[in-house]
Amino acid sequence: MNAAIPLIEVDQLEAWYGRRRILHGIDFNVNAGEIRVIMGGSGSGKSTLLRHLLGLHKPRSGTVKILGTDIAKAGEGEMLAVRRQIGVSFQGGALLTSMSVGDNVALPLREHTKLDENTIRIMSRLKLEVVNLGGFQDLMPSQLSGGMIKRAALARAIVMDPKLLFFDEPSAGLDPVVSAELDELILRLRDALRMTIVVVTHELDSAFKIADTITVLDQGEILLTDTVDKVRHTDNERIQDLLNRRPREVPVDADAYLRRLTEEQGPIGYV
Amino acid sequence: MTVLSITRPLENLGRATLESLAGIGHAAMLLLESFYFAATGWRHGQPVRLRMVFEQMRQIGVDALPIVALLAMTIGIMLGIQFVAALSEFGAQSQVVVAVAKSVTREFGALITAILVAGRSGSALAARIGSMSVSQEVDALAVIGIDPVRYLAAPALISMLLMLPALTVFADAVSISGAALYSSPALNITPTAYISQTLALLTPGDIGQGIAKSLVFAVLISLIGISTGFSVSGGAEGVGRATTRAVVLSICYIIVADMIFSFFLNR
Repeated sequence: MNAAIPLIEVDQLEAWYGRRRILHGIDFNVNAGEIRVIMGGSGSGKSTLLRHLLGLHKPRSGTVKILGTDIAKAGEGEMLAVRRQIGVSFQGGALLTSMSVGDNVALPLREHTKLDENTIRIMSRLKLEVVNLGGFQDLMPSQLSGGMIKRAALARAIVMDPKLLFFDEPSAGLDPVVSAELDELILRLRDALRMTIVVVTHELDSAFKIADTITVLDQGEILLTDTVDKVRHTDNERIQDLLNRRPREVPVDADAYLRRLTEEQGPIGYV
Repeated sequence: MTVLSITRPLENLGRATLESLAGIGHAAMLLLESFYFAATGWRHGQPVRLRMVFEQMRQIGVDALPIVALLAMTIGIMLGIQFVAALSEFGAQSQVVVAVAKSVTREFGALITAILVAGRSGSALAARIGSMSVSQEVDALAVIGIDPVRYLAAPALISMLLMLPALTVFADAVSISGAALYSSPALNITPTAYISQTLALLTPGDIGQGIAKSLVFAVLISLIGISTGFSVSGGAEGVGRATTRAVVLSICYIIVADMIFSFFLNR
């Protein structure tokens, strides 16, 4: 694919949960072949943005185009075609607990291809080897450790050789060594399989290690999208707070504070 | 404050009404989508797998046979006891056979089976789909390109529609045999004669009434189980709440639907 055409194009995306606005008119592009890290604190809207990119939520307004397809307008067939070309590794792995690791990895192949069982078995074992889980295909997900579950989920995400790989919080809940190994694995996937990878994380070390470009989200707005060096040396105060683990100074509005305490009907949320 | 005290209950009533309407709408969508995937899914890459339907049929139907047999037998004996006692007060023991036959096939067979399956399989559906929603497995299916309705809901609904009527007919047979075991000595006939009298008295309409009911119950149990499962939020506690809710709701709906059905079918 031509590098000039972005694989992901998000234009003026707004997201709401009830009366609370989560994303404020986001513009976001990812080009082919890059590793983009979406970084932000808790509640910054990064998970919501990811769910929109995956087509799990329809945008309230604005457009999300994945591989050139507008996912709000795409029909069932078009959406299926897009989904066959993306892979997702969820935060908790989201392996189907009723199936063995091997069956989990083989699931997309069984559902979307007409390959014979031998080929499917070999292909899924190959991907398990890629994530260093060779020989683990007969175990159930409940028998794996946290790091192994993430790697198995990664194997399932890449089994269809997707053009675009999403990775939600790769290092959450893992020890530093395992999470560093996972970072290496992500870099290797990009180099060996030429995937475009979007990683959502709040771990700074991991973000700086793997990213080509970083998008910093804060309170539903994109503060900056740039290369690792430029993000590191930006003079934006909120980004520096995030980078240097400084607590935010939240200005107290005395009137609003009193109102929140005394109002009979609690506030639905901030807008 | 006084205005709020009036508007607050109204607001709650309105919200509850909207929520229950949304629930019914959601269940109706599940029903339509399941049939849609079953009928045409294979044409656009979303086939309902026969293997999964058979697996569900085993769990819902075959695995329930022992407990259905036990309860149906008990109900049959109980009806035998009651009818023999009540009808002999009028010297009408000869009517025991027809009373048992009609009440079992029209009413008790379908009702007991449905309540049992709601407790066994309705709750299992809610728990399974609920825990899958909580651990993002449902999202994972969706992004892999496997429609969760096609993969999780359709096989359960189809197998429930096939197995609940089958279990109902089985329960009818066991119940009547149970009644025969108890009542035939009291009526001075052999169990074989009891059964052949029953077969002579029953019309296809009687059994059909039970089967028709069981089809409606099957839809209720599976839709309530599946939709409460999909709407789970709040972790493990949420799954537990959904499971209880699925059983209680299904049994309530089953009994109300049974009453409505009986009213219209026996006018």
